Order: sequence, then C-alpha cells, then structure tokens
Amino acid sequence: MSDGQQYLITLTKMRSGHSGVVAEIQGGFGLIARLNSLGIMPGKRITKVSSMMGQGPVTIEVDRVQVAIGFGMANRIMVKLDQVS
Amino acid sequence: MKNVLLVGNPNVGKSVVFSRLTGVRTTISNYPGTTVSYTRGVLKLGEEKVEVVDVPGIYTLEPTSEAEEIALKMLQSGVTVINVVNATHLERSLYLTLQLLERGLPIVVALNMWDDTKHQGIHIDVEKLRALLGVPVIPTVALTGEGIKELVQNIPKATSPNISPRSRDERWAAIGDIISQVQHVDHRHHTWLERLQDASVKPVTGVIIGISVLVFAFLVIRLIAENLIEHVLDPFFSGLWAPVVLRLSAILGGSGFLHDIVVGKVAGGEVNFVESFGLISSGLYVPFAMVLPYIVSFYLVLGLLEDTGYLPRLAVLMDTFMHRLGVHGYAIIPTLLGLGCNVPAVLATRILETKRERFIASTLISIAVPCAALQAMIFGLVGRQGAQYVIIVYGTLFVVWVFLGIILKHAVKGFSPELLIEMPPYRLPPWRVVLQKMWMRIYGFLAEAIPIILGAIVVINMLHLFGVFRAIADFTGPVVNGLLGLPKEAVISLVIGFLRKDVALGMLAPLGLSAKQLVVASVVLAMFFPCIATFVVFLRELGVRKMFMSTVIMILAALMTGGVLNVLL
Repeated sequence: MSDGQQYLITLTKMRSGHSGVVAEIQGGFGLIARLNSLGIMPGKRITKVSSMMGQGPVTIEVDRVQVAIGFGMANRIMVKLDQVS
Repeated sequence: MKNVLLVGNPNVGKSVVFSRLTGVRTTISNYPGTTVSYTRGVLKLGEEKVEVVDVPGIYTLEPTSEAEEIALKMLQSGVTVINVVNATHLERSLYLTLQLLERGLPIVVALNMWDDTKHQGIHIDVEKLRALLGVPVIPTVALTGEGIKELVQNIPKATSPNISPRSRDERWAAIGDIISQVQHVDHRHHTWLERLQDASVKPVTGVIIGISVLVFAFLVIRLIAENLIEHVLDPFFSGLWAPVVLRLSAILGGSGFLHDIVVGKVAGGEVNFVESFGLISSGLYVPFAMVLPYIVSFYLVLGLLEDTGYLPRLAVLMDTFMHRLGVHGYAIIPTLLGLGCNVPAVLATRILETKRERFIASTLISIAVPCAALQAMIFGLVGRQGAQYVIIVYGTLFVVWVFLGIILKHAVKGFSPELLIEMPPYRLPPWRVVLQKMWMRIYGFLAEAIPIILGAIVVINMLHLFGVFRAIADFTGPVVNGLLGLPKEAVISLVIGFLRKDVALGMLAPLGLSAKQLVVASVVLAMFFPCIATFVVFLRELGVRKMFMSTVIMILAALMTGGVLNVLL
C-alpha cells in the first residue's frame, strides 16, 4: 500500500489542528462547484480548525480563510494527511 | 442611462464601494449575505449620470443559488461591471473575474481591502495583474475612501479583452498561473484576533464565548436603554413636557372629543403618559420615551456584533441545534435581526438556500420573536409587576420558538440543506460604519412608526367614541374571557396589534390587569398576527398561500399558548 492511501481520510474524521491536502470531493457537480468557489478543491492545502459536537459543522482554514462546512458535506471531502494521527 | 453593476463575492465590501460612489447609504456588515436585494444609486461621471447597482454577492456565474440566477440575468450587454475583489482572497475572487471576462463584459477591477494585504503580509503586483487580466485594476480601501477617485476615473476605461470561454478546470489552472506570478505571501504567526477566531468555533471555548457575548449584549442593551429612560427621557417628559400638555388641556377646555384626541384623558392636574392616549401625551411618550431608548441601544449592540464578524461563528455554534428546528445555523442571523424588527428579518431570510427554510424561519420569527418596540413595552409594563413576569414572557416565547420549529421541521416537506459559509475575519468595528448604520435604523423606526402610532391613536379614539370597540369586545368576549382569562376589552389591543404592537400593549395599561393577565396578554400579542408591515413583507416574499398557512399556525399557536398559560399560572 502506498503512503498516500494510508493517510487518506474524510474531513470529519480528521483531527482538529491537523493539516493535509484535499484529495477528492465525492459529490455531484453542484457540491463541487460550491466548494470550489470557497477555495476547496483537490490539491489545496487545508488545516482543520474544529468540529462541533453532535455531527455539527467542521471548520477549516484554506488560503488563510476560515470556512464552515456542514457535517454531511465534510464527510464527502477526502484529505491526504501530513501526519499519521 | 448607462448601467454600472457592482459584482463580486459575498462580504468583499461591494456595499461600501456603492455608498462611496453614489452617496446612498446602505446597510454594511461583516458577514456574507448582508445585501439581499438590489440597491440602485446615481453616480455623476463628468457630465453624464450613471446608474449604479449594488448586486448581492455571488461566487460564480454558474447559477447555484437564487442570487446568482438573478445576477446572471442582469449581466446583459450594455452594462459596465465594477468587479469588487477582496485583495486578501485574490485567488478565489478571480474565478468570478475570469467568468465575467469570458462573457465579454467591460470590466474594472477594484482590489478592495487593500490595507489588509499589508497587515497580512500579502504582496500583490498590481501592474502585472493589470497586464495579465487586460483590464484596469485599482487598489481601494472603500471604508476610508482610498482609491475610489481613481476607480471612478477608470470606469470609462473599462475594457473587455477577448477571452474564449474556458472549462472550470481550465479556469482554476489559469488562476493558479496568475497567482504564482502576481502574489507572494509572507509566512507569519497567528494574531490574537485569529486565535480568538479559532476559539470561537471550538466546542468548549466556543460555547463559553457564545454565552458570554449574548449575555453581555443583553446587559449592555438594558443598561443603555434604562439609563436613557431614567436620566434623560422621563425627566424631560415629566418635567418639561407635562406642563405643556396641561396648558393645552386647559386651552382646549379640559374635556370633549378634540381634547381627548389631542391631549387624552388628563385627570387631577397630572398627566399619565402611558394611559392617557392622546396624540401629544401617549402618542409621543410611547415611541420616544418607552420604545426609542431600546431601539437605540439594541441597534448599537447589534451593529457592533455584525461588524466584528462574530455572527457567522454564532451560526456555526448553533447549527446542530437549529437543524432540529428545520433550518441551518445561518438562520440565527435573521432571527437576531427580528429581535429588532421583524420586517428586515423576514427579508434577511433570503440568505437561506431553500423556500422551505425561508418559510420555517419567517414563520418562527413572526410568531415567536418579539421586535424591539414590543420588548420595550414588555419591559416597561410587565417589568413593573416584577422581573419574574418578564422572564415568564421570554421563557414562554422561547419554548414556543423551539416547539414550533420542531413541529414545522416534521410537518413541512423537504430537508434542511447544510451550512456552508465563509467566515469573515474578526475586525474591530469601524465606529463610523456602526454609528451610521445605527442612525439609518433609528431613522427608519421613527419614519415608519411615528405616523402609524399617531394614526392609531386617532383611530382608537374615534372607534371608542362610536362604540365599535364595544361591539367587537362583546362579540369576541367569550373567547378572550373564557380561554385567555382576559377582560373582553383586551381584544381591542389584539386588534390594534395588527397596526403597532407597542401601542397595542400600551392600551392594556388602563385596564388594570393583574400580573398574570398581563403576561398572558403580552405573549398572545407577541404571537398573534405580526404587525401590518411584517405581514406585507411576508406576503411579498413568500406568497399568499404560505402567508395563509403561516397565519393559521399563528392563530392556533397564539390561542393555545395563551390558554395554557392561563391555566398554568
């Protein structure tokens, strides 16, 4: 197994404070377009800031901007982690 | 007349640029979606007059939201576009810029928030960006007015370089290429404001910050309002205005129809400003001495909250909870606006994505969120009976808000879309913006409320004279008395509540209600029909059918809650 696959994880499972690179958005055209316009697209470096309890929104930082993403959407964003958690 | 459209992503400062260009004041806040409708103004360009349109923020010309669809329709040939770009988020802003260029529209780019790039260690080569895009690029700081003159001078120079349409991926690739050539970002450590930003959306610290902010806001609102009433307005009315009223009362002969309309019921050489119900007594005292202080303090605090950039973070914090009410966290922003006035609140529900969410949010606001005018009267009248009664009123409305939300969530077909918002950076609120916005809102209150309040007082006096009220009261007596435990005359107040809630609650004052009756009446008044202004906006925004549904829910909920309170208390 290659390293890349090993650290691939959904945004919801990622730990707060960790960084990584967006690998894939598993969604339709609409979702991808909306996320893209907020700077979230494959190849982008992101840092997870927090996630709210009870399947609340996930907040990440991308291009020095905080973006809050609903749990379901965040679940469709795959991230390649920098570090093993 | 030529058309200039201000187009750009949400929260980049289009409305600030608009105000600078046209002198038309608009509401400016630090969160995406402040502007929900199209504001027009006129700019003098040498001899020529140009119409400028402030377009709500959009991310893309691929229509993914209602705002984007409408914006798309406006971007027809013949318009010039000022593409307002947030200089600190150049990369994501350029997507819309490229799309605009591909449409062949003449464009000027305003590189706004230019001052922030310096603080954030972002270096942008403006000359190179100009060359790569092929259109004028002007750095601006709209808040201070820097660069606006140059922007105006460049409007006639707007060009449309020939660019063939690209696919989405090609566009992002082109942007990556441009960014690598024009932008350089220094690495730097988080500032304390940024650390506070992070803490605001973390579960534990976020809740602590959220509760502190709301409690503090509430305390400041009360502190300012009560001091204004106690030390400024009450002394003015009782010391300076009362003699004038009494003098006029004597001139008008002490009684009679005209006397009662103008001065109201004055007995024993004293003016009871709350109960007399004349134009120059209650007609001025209620709006200026009871309501205005709360309007001033509420909008000052709301303005500060809006301009710091905290509200979207409150939305994140509240998201899970708000989903239980059938809407997502962003609905908290219209709800908070509703605590000031329900009219802009219903308009602000446009920031929600679906019709279903808008219906739920608007219905909840018009039923369970009391406006500042009504709240001021609740504090003024119910508060006299003891703080615990005010708490019961608020507690009841909160419970209704939650229960009704849960019911609507299950009763209205569809699902709640998920939250997806860009969070503005924290800013120390620019005092000029805060004060200007507060003044606009206070002026709006005065301009709309005073004529209606005075008109209502005339109408109330006339109807009293002709015995219309007695007829209504006798007719509805059984319901009002049996179900709600109120004297039958209280129904008049519910009817007047359709005009203005503050006057309506004021009408209860002379009835000599017990504390319990006052609580029931306040809650029913808050929940029953929204005032006519809200009614009209609701109708326009959501249509007859939804308005009708909402009204039925409203009447049922108000009577049920009032009945339950009557039994419980």
